[in-house]
Amino acid sequence: MLLIKNIVKEYANHKALDNVSFTVEKGSIFGLLGPNGAGKTSLIRIINQITAPDGGEIIFNGQTLNPDHISKIGYLPEERGLYKKMRIGEQMLYLAQLKGLSKPEAIKRIKHWFEKMDMQAWWEKKVEDLSKGMQQKVQFVATVVHQPELLILDEPFTGFDPINTELIKKEILNLNKSGTTIIFSTHRMESVEELCDHIVLLNKAKKIIDGKVAEIKNTYRNNTFTISYIGSQNREILPSENLYTLIKRRHLDGQTIDTLQVLEPYSINDVLSYLIPQVQITALREVIPSINDIFIQQVNNMNTLRHE
Amino acid sequence: MNKVILIIKREYFSRVKKKSFLLMTFLVPVLFLGMWAGVIFLSIQDADTLTTVNVLDESGLFGTSLENSGSIHYNMVAGPVEQEKGNISQANNENSYLLIIPEDVREHQKVELFSSGNANLFTQEQISSQMNTILREFQLREAGIDVNLLAKIDPHIRINSMEITEVGERENHAGATMGVGMFASIIIYITLFIYGAQVMRGVIEEKNSRIVEIVISSVKPFQLMIGKIIGIGLVGLTQFLLWILLSGALFTAGGTFLGDQMPAQLENMAPPESAAMQNDMLQDVQQAMASIDFPYIIGTFLFYFLGGYLVYSALFAAVGSAVDNETETQQFMLPITMPLLFTYLMAFSVLIKDPNGTMAFWLSMIPFTSPIAMMVRIPFGVPAWELGLSMALLIAGFLLTTWIAARIYRIGILMYGKKVSYKELMKWLRY
Repeated sequence: MLLIKNIVKEYANHKALDNVSFTVEKGSIFGLLGPNGAGKTSLIRIINQITAPDGGEIIFNGQTLNPDHISKIGYLPEERGLYKKMRIGEQMLYLAQLKGLSKPEAIKRIKHWFEKMDMQAWWEKKVEDLSKGMQQKVQFVATVVHQPELLILDEPFTGFDPINTELIKKEILNLNKSGTTIIFSTHRMESVEELCDHIVLLNKAKKIIDGKVAEIKNTYRNNTFTISYIGSQNREILPSENLYTLIKRRHLDGQTIDTLQVLEPYSINDVLSYLIPQVQITALREVIPSINDIFIQQVNNMNTLRHE
Repeated sequence: MNKVILIIKREYFSRVKKKSFLLMTFLVPVLFLGMWAGVIFLSIQDADTLTTVNVLDESGLFGTSLENSGSIHYNMVAGPVEQEKGNISQANNENSYLLIIPEDVREHQKVELFSSGNANLFTQEQISSQMNTILREFQLREAGIDVNLLAKIDPHIRINSMEITEVGERENHAGATMGVGMFASIIIYITLFIYGAQVMRGVIEEKNSRIVEIVISSVKPFQLMIGKIIGIGLVGLTQFLLWILLSGALFTAGGTFLGDQMPAQLENMAPPESAAMQNDMLQDVQQAMASIDFPYIIGTFLFYFLGGYLVYSALFAAVGSAVDNETETQQFMLPITMPLLFTYLMAFSVLIKDPNGTMAFWLSMIPFTSPIAMMVRIPFGVPAWELGLSMALLIAGFLLTTWIAARIYRIGILMYGKKVSYKELMKWLRY
């Protein structure tokens, strides 16, 4: 669907994108993650042909990106808004026509979406007369009304209230089911972890992680578990040397909760064999790093490397 | 191209449909007509009220020679001075005057006029003019000159200045020509600011409401900018056209209504001996109006309005894109307003006196100053090559400022919350 090849973007005093490459599969939900200033918005603006890259190439559906693709992309920018004094209907019509729809086609599609989102009564209203939540719905419809093949959402859930967030999430998933490829760009990892199939992590203009969410998590698993048990009120269980290291210990309602990391070459089963004779185990859970943890860990690593 | 038309349409109709546009369109001609009618009405009113002038003639030279004229009535009084002054102040009527002519009026040529309110300048003018005539005749007679003979010898030469042009000779009416030139350049000066500022405000509005990034994900920033500029320019043209049509209609209607009263009014106002001059003036005005080539002037006016508008509105758009709100525009406005203001001031001092001088030539060539400077010169006649060169340079200037503006604009509209300096703007030009 979308091939990002060695994209470089330089501004007068800094590099916004440094040789970034990745692929977005057709029909996937793709997460473009990174802290503020990592280069996400710069890259998205290049995909939307708002700015041109200083180097590299983008391939859209097998063709070099060109103005014909504008009508195939839907874009919800981070900095978004509408003409305050313009009537909603006219405004939708204007934006849809700018995306290349004919007037009758645009009217048909807008009416369809307005019905779907329960907005029929808003056609003659002005944006300034709508509540924030209503404006957000209008904004979303404006982004998808031309049935884009690729939908790019930059920080889509900031500024949306919880009800609208759910509503729009649902619509986004529906669009994805019907074949729309979706790129989420955000610095709030937790919001996309459950949605995205594939993520790319940008930091300081460079790509630092690229892969399927499950695979990345797998890579970053490090044999850490939490284990809860009862017993041994008077006697502290000491970690067996070579078997595991104790990271954290808490006492709660008569239970002890240990967070521990199993050492090579042992497995969690060995730890259990060691503990079972001594205590009564109530729970065991593997600590899988969240994308957020991985992200923070990676960014910190990069920063310390840079400082050394 | 289709998208630019969509943008032009939105910019145009969103403004033309506004109530303020309709109000401006209809109110301005009505206001003009109202002012014109008001001036005439007031002067008629003034003429109708009778002014009484009590004359205390200590010299005995004027006596009954002062004749009631127009609205002024003379009334000989005997004094004494203090009592007469008292009468005037008690009358408490602004139209009562006391004129005291001292004995030595011939030597010092000075009289005193008392009134309870402000003395009307028009009345003063009429009194002094009549007294001058009387005194002059008296002195002529004393010197043994036949007054009647002198009256017959009254040469009155009028200069009919002709301009030799390629087409032939044509009459030259410097006054009217000057008037038309000034009027056109004032209008251009004002409208460049009005419509330029509208472009700037439009850009700031799009930036502030954060719609701009959505729009430029569909069209190029340049298309958005040029669409806005053209759309607002068309609004300006529409407004001019409606003004011309409406004023024409209103003045024709108003003119026929007031036309009957005007000549009588003029006669009332004028002292009898200058009636001939008044008639000459009227004739001159009519001839002058007829001598002005209105289609040519309106045509060039529209060209220079559009050209000037395009040159400046691009710069206004660039300024709008570089700031977050209108208060921040101040620092960038100076270089835009300076050439306009300079030309405007020059137009009224140097250009109007010497419309074919070096200064006039250069100011009417430089695209930043030519819209105003050339409009002052055009009614006086400008050689075709100069006009052609100036127009070509204006178009070149438009292309240049648009190119510069576009480079600033495409970066500026995506910059939020950053105070931009001139240094920064120069950087934007380069990348």
